[in-house]
Amino acid sequence: MLSRTADNLYWVSRYLERADFLARLIEASSRISALPKAYSADHDEWESVLIASGADETFYDHFDAATEANVIAYLAFDPRNASSIRNCIEFGRTNARAVRTALTTEMWESINSAWLELKKFEAAHQALGRVDREELSKFLDFVKATSLLFDGSAYRTMLRDDAYYFSRLGVYVERADNTARLLDVKYHVLLPEQESVGGSLDYYQWTAILRSVSALTAYHWVYRESIKPWNVADLLILRQEMPRSLLSCYDNIVRFLDAIGGRYGRLGPAQRHARTVKNRLENSSIKDVFQHGLHEFVEAFVTDNNQLGSEIAEQYLIS
Amino acid sequence: MKMPCFDEMTTESGAPRALYQRIADWIEKSPPGLLDSRAKQAEMLFRKIGITFAVYGDKDAAERLIPFDIIPRLFGRDEWSRLEAGLIQRVKALNMFLTDVYGEQKILRAGVVPSDLVFRNPCYRPEMQGKRVPHDIWTHISGIDIVRVDANDFYVLEDNVRTPSGVSYMLENREMMMRLAPDLFAEHAVAPVENYTDLLLASLRSVAPPSASSVPTTVILTPGQYNSAYYEHSFLADKLGVELVEGRDLLVKDDIVYMRTTEGLKRIDVIYRRVDDEFLDPLVFKPDSALGVPGLMGAYHAGNVTIANAVGGGVADDKAIYTYMPDIIRFYLSEEPLLKNVATWRCREPDALKYVLDHLSELVVKEVNGSGGYGMLVGPHASKAEIEEFRKKLIDAPTNFIAQPTLSLSTCPTSFPEGVGPRHVDLRPFVLSGADGVKVVPGGLTRVALKEGSLVVNSSQGGGTKDTWILETDAASN
Repeated sequence: MLSRTADNLYWVSRYLERADFLARLIEASSRISALPKAYSADHDEWESVLIASGADETFYDHFDAATEANVIAYLAFDPRNASSIRNCIEFGRTNARAVRTALTTEMWESINSAWLELKKFEAAHQALGRVDREELSKFLDFVKATSLLFDGSAYRTMLRDDAYYFSRLGVYVERADNTARLLDVKYHVLLPEQESVGGSLDYYQWTAILRSVSALTAYHWVYRESIKPWNVADLLILRQEMPRSLLSCYDNIVRFLDAIGGRYGRLGPAQRHARTVKNRLENSSIKDVFQHGLHEFVEAFVTDNNQLGSEIAEQYLIS
Repeated sequence: MKMPCFDEMTTESGAPRALYQRIADWIEKSPPGLLDSRAKQAEMLFRKIGITFAVYGDKDAAERLIPFDIIPRLFGRDEWSRLEAGLIQRVKALNMFLTDVYGEQKILRAGVVPSDLVFRNPCYRPEMQGKRVPHDIWTHISGIDIVRVDANDFYVLEDNVRTPSGVSYMLENREMMMRLAPDLFAEHAVAPVENYTDLLLASLRSVAPPSASSVPTTVILTPGQYNSAYYEHSFLADKLGVELVEGRDLLVKDDIVYMRTTEGLKRIDVIYRRVDDEFLDPLVFKPDSALGVPGLMGAYHAGNVTIANAVGGGVADDKAIYTYMPDIIRFYLSEEPLLKNVATWRCREPDALKYVLDHLSELVVKEVNGSGGYGMLVGPHASKAEIEEFRKKLIDAPTNFIAQPTLSLSTCPTSFPEGVGPRHVDLRPFVLSGADGVKVVPGGLTRVALKEGSLVVNSSQGGGTKDTWILETDAASN
C-alpha cells in the first residue's frame, strides 16, 4: 500500500485514541477537583493534567493560570492546541478523508459524523462562550462514543491486511504513550512509602488514575482487594489482561508489527525494538520496577515508545 | 423574456407524455411534503457519506452538497439509441482529430480547420507534436454536454475531453433513487449504470504500454483532498480498486514511474489523472507546481506509462474548435454528424460577422477563450447601450468572438418544498474509449437549474442533479 495511506491510517487511529484518553482524563480530574479540599491533598491537579496530556508547553502562551476552566477549554475545545480533542477529531477526519479508499464505509461514516457533530456543537456554543458542566459531560461522552464506534468499526469491518495492521498499530502506540504519560505525572502518589504518609488522601488520586484508563472496575476483578498504589502500578504496567497496560499495548504492537513483517516477508528495526521492549516488560515484576525507580522506569519507557514511533515511520511510512 | 420551451414530462395541452405517465401519477399521489421529506433524507445521506464538493474561496461552504432532486429524468430506448450512436461517432472523431493534429495534420493542410486555431490555442501542447499514444486514444473519458430543445433534437453544447467530472454523481444518484423510491424504480425497468467503473478499469488497462504486465498497475492521480472533485477521485479509486495517489506519492527513475509504498517502490503503468496538463510535471510545465511529478513527461514520452486522458487533448474541446466539429466528423468518418451542434457564427468570417452585427439583439455572443459567462453578451437581455458597446468590440477583434442563438432548453419536473415545478436541464453522458472501442453506459448526469427560468446548471452556481433513467420502452411509439 502507499506509504502515505499507511501513515494516514496510523494517525487517524492515534488521533481518535488520544481524543478518548483526553476525555477520560478530563472526566477523572473533574471528579477530583470537585472534592472538598480536605480530600484532595495539595496536588495541583490541573497542572498535572496539562503535563499528562503534553499540552503544558504551549498552554502558557495563551493562559496565565492552570485553572479548571482554562485547562478544560484548552484541552477540549481550543483550535490553538494541536492536540485538543476538537483538533484530534478534525485532524483525524482530515487524515481519514485523505485515505477514504482505505477505510471502510462504517469507519468513514463514524468519523465524518463525529466531525459534523463537532461543527454543530461548536456553532451552538460559539455564542455562549462557555460550556457548562452538563454540556461538557455530554461532549466527553460523545468523544468516547466516537472513539468506540470508530475502533469497533475498524475491528468489525476492515479486511485483515496491512491497512488494518497499521491502523491497529496507531491505536496501541498512542495508548502506550497515554498510559505512560499518566503514570509519569502521577508516579509520586503511587510510591509505596507514600501510603504511610498521606495514605487515605491519595485514595482519590488512585481511583482517578484508574478511571482515566477505564480500569476502576477491572482493578477489583483482578486484585479483589482495596486499592493499593503498587497494584495500580502493576495493573497499568505489567498486567497482560488489562487492555491499557503497557505490556498489553506491546503485546499488540509486536503482534501487528510481526503481521506486517510477515506479509512483506521482511522484519526490520521496528520489529526488533518492539520485541525488546515487550520482553523487558514481561520479565519484570512490580517489585523490580519500584526498585529500579518507578519514575525512571516510566521515563525510559516513554523514550523507548517514541523511538519505536520513529522506527515505524522510517521503515514504512516515509519511503 | 420568457420563451416557450419543451417540457419533457408534459405536452403543451398539459397531459403527461406516455413515457412519464408513471412519474406523473407518482407525483400526483405523493402526499404533500413526502417528496420534500425524501429530498431531506437524501441530503442527510449524502452529507453522511461525504459526497461534497469544495467551493474555492468560500470558507464557510468549503464542503457543500450538490442538491439532489428526487424526480428522475427519463429517456426512451429510441432516444437513447440515437444519442448513444451520436456520442460514439463524436468521440471517435475527437480521437482521430487529436491523433491528426499531433501527427500528420491532414485536417489543417486540407484547410478544414484553420491552423491558427490549433497552434494558438492555450491547450495545444507542442511537447506532444509528433507523439503517438497507445491505440491512438487521447480522450479515454469524455463528458459530452447535451441539451434538447424539442422532442427530436439533441444538441451538443460542449465537449469535455480534459478531466470531465460528475460521474460519481451519476452512480450515487442511482443508489439514492433505488433507496428512496424502490417501487417507482422497480416499475420502470431502468438500464443499469453500475458497470461503469468496471468498464472504466478495463478501458484504462487496455491502453497500458506494451511494457506493462498482464494486469497493468493503474492509479488515479488527484491534486488532493482540497480539490473540488476530491470526493469523486476517492470514490472512483475505491470502485476501481486502485490506489489514489498524489504527486508526492510518485517518483520517476530512469523514465519509469513508481509509487512509494510500505514495501518500497512499485512500478506504475497507467495513470488516470485528474490533474490538469500544466500541473503534471514541474520540469516541463509550471515549475512551481507541487501537484505533479518531476520527470513524468519523460517517462510518458519514453512510452513507459500511459496518461489518461492524454496530454494536450484540451485543444479539441475549446469553443472555437467546437464550431468545426461537424466538419471534423465529416472529414474523418465521411459520415453526417448524428448530434447537432448549436448553430454558431464565427465572427472571424466576414459573412458571419455581418449577420451577427445585424442580429445582435437576438444572439448570445461569447468570447472564444472566455468562460463562466465573462465577456459575454446576451442579446435579448441587453440594453441598447450594451449592444452598441459590444458592436465596437466585435468590429475591433472579430476573431475573438462567436455568436449563437439563445437556446430554449427543455425542462423537467423538479421537486421543491412548495411543490413541483419545471426547471431547465442538461445531460452529461460519459463516454469511454479503449483499445476495444468506444462505449457509453446508458445514462449520465442530469444537471438542473434550480432557479426558476434560469439556464445555469453549474453546480457552483446553484445547480442540482437528477438521476437519469434510460427505459426499455420507446418514447416515440407511445
